[in-house]
Amino acid sequence: MTNRKKNIIWSFFASVKLALFLLFILAGTSIIGTVVQQNMPPEKYIKEYGQSMATFLQLLDLTDMYNSWWFLGLLVLFAINLTVCSLERIPNVIRLVKKDNLAIDPTRLARMPIRQSVVLDLPRDTALEKVKAFFSGKGWKMQQRDRTEGILLAAQKGAWTRFGVYIVHLSILVVLAGALVGSPTVARKILHKPDFAFKGSIMLPETRSTDHIFSFLDGSRIDLGFQIRCDYFTVEYYDSGMPRTYLTKATVIDNGREVLSTDIEVNTPLKYKGVTFYQSEYRPYRDFVVRLTNKATGASTTMVAPGARKIQWAEGGVSFGIIKVKGFGESVRQVKIWFGDDGGEPAVFWVNNNQEALIQRPQGEYSMTVKQHYATGLQVSKDPGVPLVYGGCIMMLIGLYVAFFMSHRKIYVLISEEGGKTMLLFAGSAHKNKVGFEKYFSSLVNEFKEKH
Amino acid sequence: MNSSFFFGITTLCYLLSSVFYLGLLIFKKKSVGKVGLVLAIAGLLCQTAALVLRWMESYKMGIGHAPLTNMYESLVFFAWCTTFFYVFLEWKFKARVLGAFAMPFAFAAMAYASFARGINQEITPLVPALQSNWLLAHVITCFIGYGAFAVACGLGIMYLIKKWFGASASREEADSGELPSLKVIDDLIHKTIIFGFMWLSAGIITGAIWANEAWGTYWSWDPKETWSIITWFIYASTLHARFTRGWNGTRIAWMAILGFLSVFFTYFGVNFLLSGLHSYGSS
Repeated sequence: MTNRKKNIIWSFFASVKLALFLLFILAGTSIIGTVVQQNMPPEKYIKEYGQSMATFLQLLDLTDMYNSWWFLGLLVLFAINLTVCSLERIPNVIRLVKKDNLAIDPTRLARMPIRQSVVLDLPRDTALEKVKAFFSGKGWKMQQRDRTEGILLAAQKGAWTRFGVYIVHLSILVVLAGALVGSPTVARKILHKPDFAFKGSIMLPETRSTDHIFSFLDGSRIDLGFQIRCDYFTVEYYDSGMPRTYLTKATVIDNGREVLSTDIEVNTPLKYKGVTFYQSEYRPYRDFVVRLTNKATGASTTMVAPGARKIQWAEGGVSFGIIKVKGFGESVRQVKIWFGDDGGEPAVFWVNNNQEALIQRPQGEYSMTVKQHYATGLQVSKDPGVPLVYGGCIMMLIGLYVAFFMSHRKIYVLISEEGGKTMLLFAGSAHKNKVGFEKYFSSLVNEFKEKH
Repeated sequence: MNSSFFFGITTLCYLLSSVFYLGLLIFKKKSVGKVGLVLAIAGLLCQTAALVLRWMESYKMGIGHAPLTNMYESLVFFAWCTTFFYVFLEWKFKARVLGAFAMPFAFAAMAYASFARGINQEITPLVPALQSNWLLAHVITCFIGYGAFAVACGLGIMYLIKKWFGASASREEADSGELPSLKVIDDLIHKTIIFGFMWLSAGIITGAIWANEAWGTYWSWDPKETWSIITWFIYASTLHARFTRGWNGTRIAWMAILGFLSVFFTYFGVNFLLSGLHSYGSS
């Protein structure tokens, strides 16, 4: 580290005390937003907390605290702290990784906690070759240097795992960067491109299409650059009356061409050109979507029709009316249809909602499906930050694994001659999980002893 | 025989196991501890069978889903994870008396699930939001973490007890009923927290991905999410305090307890006291 950096601000941000303090403060302040309900209308706060307390909450942005200047400020401090702390320590880690293991004072090996001596009845050079061959067979590439105490061999594994914790730190920064890139507020107020990243919604009645949605941020209109049409919506229920499925059938129309028709369900959104449509709510209407086909001529129509009114389908030469409904709450289960044409008595019958009815008339056969009219509520988002966030998450898991469960391990061998015999001193070190490494080390040395 | 029968046996096993482990702690008889372990393993096997049965029963009802979808099922799974983690710890580190501090958590979870009012034990169909493969990944990762944190909390309590009352330390082995040395407990707390932290991180991440698939927001500061990140902050600071400032012993023991209180609130408190997206976890 250079002296230039070593000023007071740098030292402040390089301190782990600050990191602990920030983690503690972030944890502590985050509680507030789970107790004080967020983003309710102002009058609700006055009702719940009284005028002066409500003013206080508004003043400190506690009603939308996770987007408040002070909470975001804490996150920024946290990010700077994380960066500076890591930058401060990485040079030292690089030194440890690049360290010349053969430069160690050979007398230190005899004092290392993990060590074992072996005496071999072999000439020194033969022993040297055997040791090198044995360890290289186990993936330890030994390097060698002549020292006054004898020949020193050293090998290391997993030196890079010392960076594990910095992978985790970096991953947090990547996630935060992803959040920034995908933030609708940043897109609107800093980039001045509201369609770069947005979250919003649209209530889309069946048979209708839209080329825009409304932003959650301020209710403003955001153009999609293509159209989406709701062809169909339904709610299916379990016998208990609990909803089983909310299903929208939607079609994407781009440049006047239908490019994509698919189902949207909760947990299976529709994605097109970086925009994702999520099933989020629905609204039942009091009118109906009617599909009529004249089987003889093949003529067909789909229309939205109100109930309790006589409706003409001139092309098919018929008229009909929906004269009664049976339902469950706001959802229609059965409808009573009046269906007539020029020939004979009109037909009157009950049919289930959205079930095809075949109607025999003197002139021919008709197919009719009457379905309650719904609007589907889609949540719409464009979040170009998601790949960064996901990438950061994967990095974090890898980093945590490396940081906690892998270690930088070293093995040294000092080969010397004494009274016509060759003395081998094995020593090892690991910067984590020393117990596990000690087991591995002794099994390795024992295996070597048995072979020679 | 159905799954409820086996869950009943499990609860009984965990109760007796807790009693025997406490017996080991008090009377320091090696054989008593062995019975505790056998009971814990019997309970674990029984519970595994029950979980599989319950899964199969849900398919017979035509609403097949993994038994991980409501408060009852999550409590049962929490008990399973805690016991599994404890048995693993005893096998790996041979410190039998830890059971006196871990098995009561497993028993308490089973007993609460079985007897508390307002906990619905029926197998219920899934609302659309829960019909996702992420459900399995999210719940499993979270609860492995919770199980580890419960054990870490037990270890923390054990550390403090030993510290305060353990002046008459003897040289006997850990599995003969004497508490292991403070150094060993301290190391175990640390290892357990590391393990739990890994899984908690994975749990938060799978939850975020699921939320993004279902609602289009990977993070919405919903109370459950917020409390999970608070818990994450607490354990992150514990690990940093240890790695960089050399915290150990009493302070880490207290952090293990504090961390688990936060886990507990994330799991229970949020469902019962606060409102939010995870509301279906409350019955």
